[in-house]
Amino acid sequence: MSNATILSDVREIIADVLDQPDLKIDRTTTAEDVEGWDSFSHINIVVAMESHFGIKIHTSEIEELRNVGELVDIVEKKLEAKKPG
Amino acid sequence: MRLVDLYWLAPSADLKDRLRSMAASSCAAWVDLVQLANSRLDFVQTIRLDKALQKNLHSASSDAAPWRKLKMAVLSSSTSDHLLPALRVAALRRNLELHTFAGDYGMYLQELQQDSSALFEFKPDVILFAFHAQHLLGSPNPSLNRADAASLVESTADKIRGTWRLARKRFSGQIIQQSVLPVFEPLIGLNERRLPGSGASLVDGLNLRIGQLADEENVDVLDLDRAMRGDGLAAWHDPVLWYRGKQELSPLAAPAYGELALRLIGAQQGRSAKCLVLDLDNTLWGGVIGDDGLEGIRLGQGSAVGEAFVGFQTYVRSLASRGVILAVCSKNDMENARAPFEKHPDMVLKMQDIACFVANWSDKASNIRQIAEQLNIGIDSLVFADDNPFERNIVRRELPMVAVPELPEDAAFYGRCLSDAGYFEALQVTTEDFERGGQYRANLERENLRTSHTDLAGYLRSLDMELRWQPFDAVGLQRIVQLINKTNQFNLTTRRYTERDVQSIMDNAGAVTLQLRLVDQFGDNGIIGIVIGKPEGDTMVLDTWLMSCRVLGRQVEEATINLVVAEAKRLGSARLLGEYLPTKKNNMVRDHYQKLGFQCLSSDAGGASRWSLDLAQYEPFDTFIKTIGNAPL
Repeated sequence: MSNATILSDVREIIADVLDQPDLKIDRTTTAEDVEGWDSFSHINIVVAMESHFGIKIHTSEIEELRNVGELVDIVEKKLEAKKPG
Repeated sequence: MRLVDLYWLAPSADLKDRLRSMAASSCAAWVDLVQLANSRLDFVQTIRLDKALQKNLHSASSDAAPWRKLKMAVLSSSTSDHLLPALRVAALRRNLELHTFAGDYGMYLQELQQDSSALFEFKPDVILFAFHAQHLLGSPNPSLNRADAASLVESTADKIRGTWRLARKRFSGQIIQQSVLPVFEPLIGLNERRLPGSGASLVDGLNLRIGQLADEENVDVLDLDRAMRGDGLAAWHDPVLWYRGKQELSPLAAPAYGELALRLIGAQQGRSAKCLVLDLDNTLWGGVIGDDGLEGIRLGQGSAVGEAFVGFQTYVRSLASRGVILAVCSKNDMENARAPFEKHPDMVLKMQDIACFVANWSDKASNIRQIAEQLNIGIDSLVFADDNPFERNIVRRELPMVAVPELPEDAAFYGRCLSDAGYFEALQVTTEDFERGGQYRANLERENLRTSHTDLAGYLRSLDMELRWQPFDAVGLQRIVQLINKTNQFNLTTRRYTERDVQSIMDNAGAVTLQLRLVDQFGDNGIIGIVIGKPEGDTMVLDTWLMSCRVLGRQVEEATINLVVAEAKRLGSARLLGEYLPTKKNNMVRDHYQKLGFQCLSSDAGGASRWSLDLAQYEPFDTFIKTIGNAPL
């Protein structure tokens, strides 16, 4: 799964959780930029992401996230690690 | 097949679009919201549907709404905000409008004790308590001996009971206690249960004790054990989220949590299903009876498939033995459809287990409607089990109020699917439940007798009916509360009471409390009527009058009013005051008091009416029913 596809999936998940279908998001977007992205929604976004991609994001990784780009990179890294061989 | 996935609900193909359009609208119809709540939703979809619901409630909210509103408080020692949307959506699934209140986490005792607390202002109809294991038990302690561990469990259970009693002092209504989650890591390993102070021993001991105390205190237990055993603890509890936000339950499990909690509330509110309507071919046996014949269908020993169907039938019969009514709805010739029931040696279900048997070539939706009519129960109290996705979809489309589980393809899982779907949730089992199947069968025999009598009077006389009555008592209490909470059709006021409420009515010596039992030549119909009259000056106000629809058209209403009048006179009343409060389901009793000779005092635009009967002028009705007072029930 390419970085761009992951970003598009991530955008859709965030848009769903925040119930803002037309939400615009790029790699530099942070939680502060988006209305309604509070700590409560943040947990939901991470959990929805884990469930969608079939991965688990570590407690320490969640704390270090600074923007959407970093989130996408973590997902990509974990999907790579899941590949057989 | 995990409970957290709500796999028995059918996925909705256009879910995304429908959620989007509902969120955009502020005048979505309640029925559409209910329908969407009845499709399979994950936790994000649940949150979105809840948002749409809240938005539309604000615009459409009116006190005249035909659905019931309830208020629920969640008092938890951990974070529970993320569970509230799922509770509201699970209520919506049951046609209930739920308003929720979450106490600040860990603050439940203060909330309960203060007169001016937000909880007190909220006035909940339902209180759900959820306490996490560390809060209750601290940490597992390997040095505890058996006696110390037992006393720790006992004192902890005592504290929980104290919390319930505190709540009871201030609030009437339903109390629910969530079971304690088994979140402790083992101390020694596989021998954990040999160690009295281990997490497993303490949590199990506590949950067992909670169950016993809950039964004494009439508290309902939201037992998550079975769900967690089936799905795995990891599906329900995520340690990361526990440390991050003190969420004991994962948001992923929220939809299932809401569903399970609302089963208890739904049961209390009379929303549990009553009747299981079964397809035959490939649902009760393998193959098609019309094509394969009696010898060709797969049922019983000799094949795994045949045994799976026997297993399913055995489960269905056990449901019937605890009060679920069974019906058959099959596209078949009647003769073919009956043959296995009458002749196949491995059939577990027999003709006498089926209260209503329909086999023809008409569409199933019409047949299901007819079944509800014949059994005289609401169509929304039916569950329809059919292996055929085509039939399921037609019934869902035509009769959205009928529950239609998405049966797995393998018959080995049919029983699991029905039990996971929890349609028939019961708060308790009464002796009446054991006898119900027989009562519905006897009803059909009465019907046959009626058709053989040309005049109604002759028929009624031939029944040799006895109305046996007595005031409410401890023995009948469970059944009385059950009837009060589940009778929808023949119910003048549809007031719901808890066991505690009923007890306080019993304590009023001036009140009329009648439990009525009807016995006839075909057997005992059980308790079929409840009347509560509350004295106000020289007037006896009929607070509650409800009856089982099984006994309609048999002069039981007339015999009952004779009795009510006699009792009210004995207690010194000069007149009776009756009320009719309309609901979606009780139209059948709109003219009840008029038929019994009451004078109309007033009626309002919503259809509610008040009626009066002067006792001095009263002439008792002639009936074919012999009334026997205070006979042992």
